[in-house]
Amino acid sequence: MTGRARYTDDLIVPGAWYGRTIRSTIARGAIRAITFDPAFDWSRVVVVTAEDIPGENVVQLIRDDQPALAEREVRHQEEPILLLAAPDRATLDEAARAVHIDYAPAAAVLALESATDTYTTIEIIKGDVDAALPGAEAVVERTFRVGLQEQLYIEPQGAIAFPHTGLGPGDRGPGVTVIGSLQCPYYVHRALKRCLGLPDAQVVVIQAETGGGFGGKEEYPSLVAIHAALLARKAGRPVRLIYDRHEDLTATTKRHPGVITHRTGVRRDGTLLAQDIEIVLDGGAYCTLTPVVLSRAAIHAAGPYGCPNVRIRARAVATNTPPNGAFRGFGAPQSLFAAELMVEHVAERLGVPSLDLRRKWMLGVGDTTATGQKLTESVSADLVLAAALKAAPPVRPSALPPVRRGRGVSLVFHGSGFTGSGEKKLAGTIAVECVREGEFRILTASTEIGQGTNTIFCQIAADTLGVALEQVTLAPQDTSLVPDSGPTVASRTAMIVGGLIHDAARELRDRLGARQRPPLRVEKTYVQPDTIHWDDQIYRGDAYPVYAWACTIADVEVDTDTGEVRVTDLVTAVDCGRAIHPVMAEGQIEGGSLQAVGWATIEEIKMRDGRYLNDRLATYLIPTTLDAPRIRTILIENPYSRGPFGAKGIGELPMDGPAPAVIAAIHDATGAWIDEVPATPEKVLEALHGKRETRNGMRK
Amino acid sequence: MTVRFTLNGSPVTVEVLGSRRLLDVLREDLRLTGTKEGCGEGECGACSVLIDGQVVNSCLVAVGQVERCEVVTVEGLATGGELSPLQRAFVERGAAQCGICTPGMLLAAHALLRENPRPSADDVRVGLAGNLCRCTGYTKIIEAVLACRT
Amino acid sequence: MPHVTYLRPRDVADAVRLLAEHPDCRPLAGGTDVMVMLHAGAIRPGGLLDLWQLGELKGIRRADGTLEIGAAEPYSGIIASALVREHLPALVDAARTIGAAQIQNRGTLGGNLANASPAGDTLPVLLAADAVVVTDRRAIPVAEFFTGYRKTALHAGELIVAVRFPLDGRVIRFRKVGTRAAQAISKVVLAVSRVPARVAVGSVAEVPLRAPRAEAALAAGDAAGAVAAIAADIRPIDDVRSTAAYRRAVTENVLRRLLDDAVRGAQ
Repeated sequence: MTGRARYTDDLIVPGAWYGRTIRSTIARGAIRAITFDPAFDWSRVVVVTAEDIPGENVVQLIRDDQPALAEREVRHQEEPILLLAAPDRATLDEAARAVHIDYAPAAAVLALESATDTYTTIEIIKGDVDAALPGAEAVVERTFRVGLQEQLYIEPQGAIAFPHTGLGPGDRGPGVTVIGSLQCPYYVHRALKRCLGLPDAQVVVIQAETGGGFGGKEEYPSLVAIHAALLARKAGRPVRLIYDRHEDLTATTKRHPGVITHRTGVRRDGTLLAQDIEIVLDGGAYCTLTPVVLSRAAIHAAGPYGCPNVRIRARAVATNTPPNGAFRGFGAPQSLFAAELMVEHVAERLGVPSLDLRRKWMLGVGDTTATGQKLTESVSADLVLAAALKAAPPVRPSALPPVRRGRGVSLVFHGSGFTGSGEKKLAGTIAVECVREGEFRILTASTEIGQGTNTIFCQIAADTLGVALEQVTLAPQDTSLVPDSGPTVASRTAMIVGGLIHDAARELRDRLGARQRPPLRVEKTYVQPDTIHWDDQIYRGDAYPVYAWACTIADVEVDTDTGEVRVTDLVTAVDCGRAIHPVMAEGQIEGGSLQAVGWATIEEIKMRDGRYLNDRLATYLIPTTLDAPRIRTILIENPYSRGPFGAKGIGELPMDGPAPAVIAAIHDATGAWIDEVPATPEKVLEALHGKRETRNGMRK
Repeated sequence: MTVRFTLNGSPVTVEVLGSRRLLDVLREDLRLTGTKEGCGEGECGACSVLIDGQVVNSCLVAVGQVERCEVVTVEGLATGGELSPLQRAFVERGAAQCGICTPGMLLAAHALLRENPRPSADDVRVGLAGNLCRCTGYTKIIEAVLACRT
Repeated sequence: MPHVTYLRPRDVADAVRLLAEHPDCRPLAGGTDVMVMLHAGAIRPGGLLDLWQLGELKGIRRADGTLEIGAAEPYSGIIASALVREHLPALVDAARTIGAAQIQNRGTLGGNLANASPAGDTLPVLLAADAVVVTDRRAIPVAEFFTGYRKTALHAGELIVAVRFPLDGRVIRFRKVGTRAAQAISKVVLAVSRVPARVAVGSVAEVPLRAPRAEAALAAGDAAGAVAAIAADIRPIDDVRSTAAYRRAVTENVLRRLLDDAVRGAQ
């Protein structure tokens, strides 16, 4: 606000060198030789290759398939092979030009359709789809496609590593401290320990002010931190490794693209009989978090609807494209896009309004989801639908040619917290301290990335303790100070971690009330309620502790000359359980909604030879103020008994609803279906042409 | 070469290569890191500063070009430790989330309000179209600027 | 970044002299193209010749039945100019679509011309207006200015000083199609005048061009013929921003719309 907040690249570190990553220029092949131009004086720089890795050459995540630096083979464009550090940027540039890598290229798998390797498969079975489908009076089948999306945090990735010399005051031995732009300090901590072969205490990870994440700073910063640390240890001095936008766009993880096919059987009266769903996501060249993304995609694939017979078959495949990873919504936006448009297609086939089907199908208390989870509380499909419809602006009169107006609706739900027994395994821990009389401190590794975590945590603690907001502070996100509260992902922070703070603050309040004297510390670790049952093997049971719900209404204008789509208004009603800080909750919803509008309309990545062509902000376009719709947010409070004050997670939910609503609105405006995001002007115009031919000039 | 200009109201003199980007001289030589680099090609507006009252991308300005100009960065908006009305409105209305676009956004808004003290919502959208934000959906930013109409 | 000298001339004559002495120098105005290319390493000039503060290159004035705009006058000056609004509103429309406030405060006609991007947003307006590029030594009709992909008729060491527009009352209609509402490079950009018949298009060939077949049909009063003919005048390609098929279809659709609007406007 005043320019004083220090993001990673703002930190002034005397004596620090600049780091650079040298990356693969082919999609797949063997590294034949790395040669260093003898004309360059290599004593001026530090070079790190895979041979310099003291621990295991692996980025710690789910599988151990991704090396920190490629050794003999590369599997995707821009894969890191070698690192350089130099005292200034000019020397660094010169050195980078003097490195030559010779490859033996191999045939690359660049499209999901031609992939043969699978990372993981999931099957969710409820009832008997094969037995139910023949009894259906109408069976509708459609295939939907979703594209890559870049998180596009405005601050690119970056980290600064400081080697411990073992001599300095307070130094913890021959380890390393990394300060960076990141969401999950303990992910980075684990990755550093393993790759550098260091014990717990010798690795310190500190989050700098972080300029946006959206999942993009969940797992990728581990790689940046490892690289910075390797350089710093070899250089014997701090090294700053800050990506520019070009590098960030070409090399870092994106939202998983995918193909989703639905076969839905209904009775003529609209009764939903069977949903047969197939999901294929492209994981890219390494596994990263793909199995977990696929899991969330599969669990949400049937939409917020109750169907007696459901079969969801999901798989994630490997290609030679840069690895895809975490991004707000984590697979759910992909599968919910298909589910919501499927409602539209079935309604069109039956000749009924899609709202009628939604009302007929939507889940209520006592209904069971595709995984067989019986919903017992805080179920709000009906509430959000009614609220959004009530708040929607009157439908505007039709515009002058070439512009056509249309409206679309979507209804979505999103599981709060980690999937299945994830939270149980994670066992996130926090502490609340009374440092001295009237002074409180929260210790958590959950990070502020713009979503308001810091304010919300302090508010939960202050309200529970019955003290003023100013009396509560947060300890810095430094792994040497705070316990592992789990990653800042999965819409879990306010609900799960906030819940622990609520519990700890309550105990602290009671102990102070019982006249115990500060300093006092209460630590809490998440314990899964024994009412939650989940079977990882067969994907049955309580997939999430609770769901948040949203209904979105999108109004669009389509220019039929150019296929340009302008989303003019977006109304979204969201059940967040309890809005701990309504302004921040709205901010999350508005920001997520626009990110979803971007995905639905203009955010496109084209590829050539497995390399992204949209590799600058002049070619990867996100919405500006002039593209952003007027967004109206309605917060519904249907409390969740185990959330702090009733709150549920809503960080990701707004990413789910807008895309299908926008596509439905384009259809409403033009009569053309585009079962795909992004619905670029090129695709819209093509669909309009196709429609003109098939319908012989007749328009809706 | 020697470049002299006014920075946040005070005269400064720097000995620099005149072709360096104003952004780099501000951040590295003058250590004013409130001005951010988001893209390095004039697309995101994170590096916005005012030159003689007009909002520009400091990544596209050679420092030699600001000779005798008045440059204002985000550090020059608060006076005597007091937030400006615009900064207060941003805080109160939740217009800043991660904060990385905020400095540039504030400067673009300042320039807009100086030229047009009573902008409509559409005017604000036009005035801020060169500043990308990925957190807010712009809604609360537009509200904050509208709250500062005079 | 390699060492790049910065030169600040006193006036245009001094600039021309410096450019002759340092032929590896690149003229710099608002920097909206040059500074991007320099930072990305796409150009490696020996120096930058800063024209930004030269008063001779600023300003908008009427002279001898023409409207003259200084080569280094920024787009925001053009947008604010009552003269341009009155006589050449299409140029105001075009200037408003360029980037946003930050770019409009620095971008210039001289820069748009010298950069000679096929996607330059003002260039079709210049073509439709029969503008003349005035340099330190001669006047070049804009129709002869673009000689190839990012190549111009400028000689080594020649500087653009101003752009002159004939004031003959012609009505030019402008439309840019980009991916988003602001800060977008065009996929197709058109400027059209019915009388005299001018059809100018950007982003559909290696240069911004006038469409001779479409203009011939239009001159004969055949608007539908102009729309049908334009496909043969353009050479669009597939690239990161769009496809050849899209550019072709949109060029036709938008031309049809602009000509319809022109008829409606005349009624």
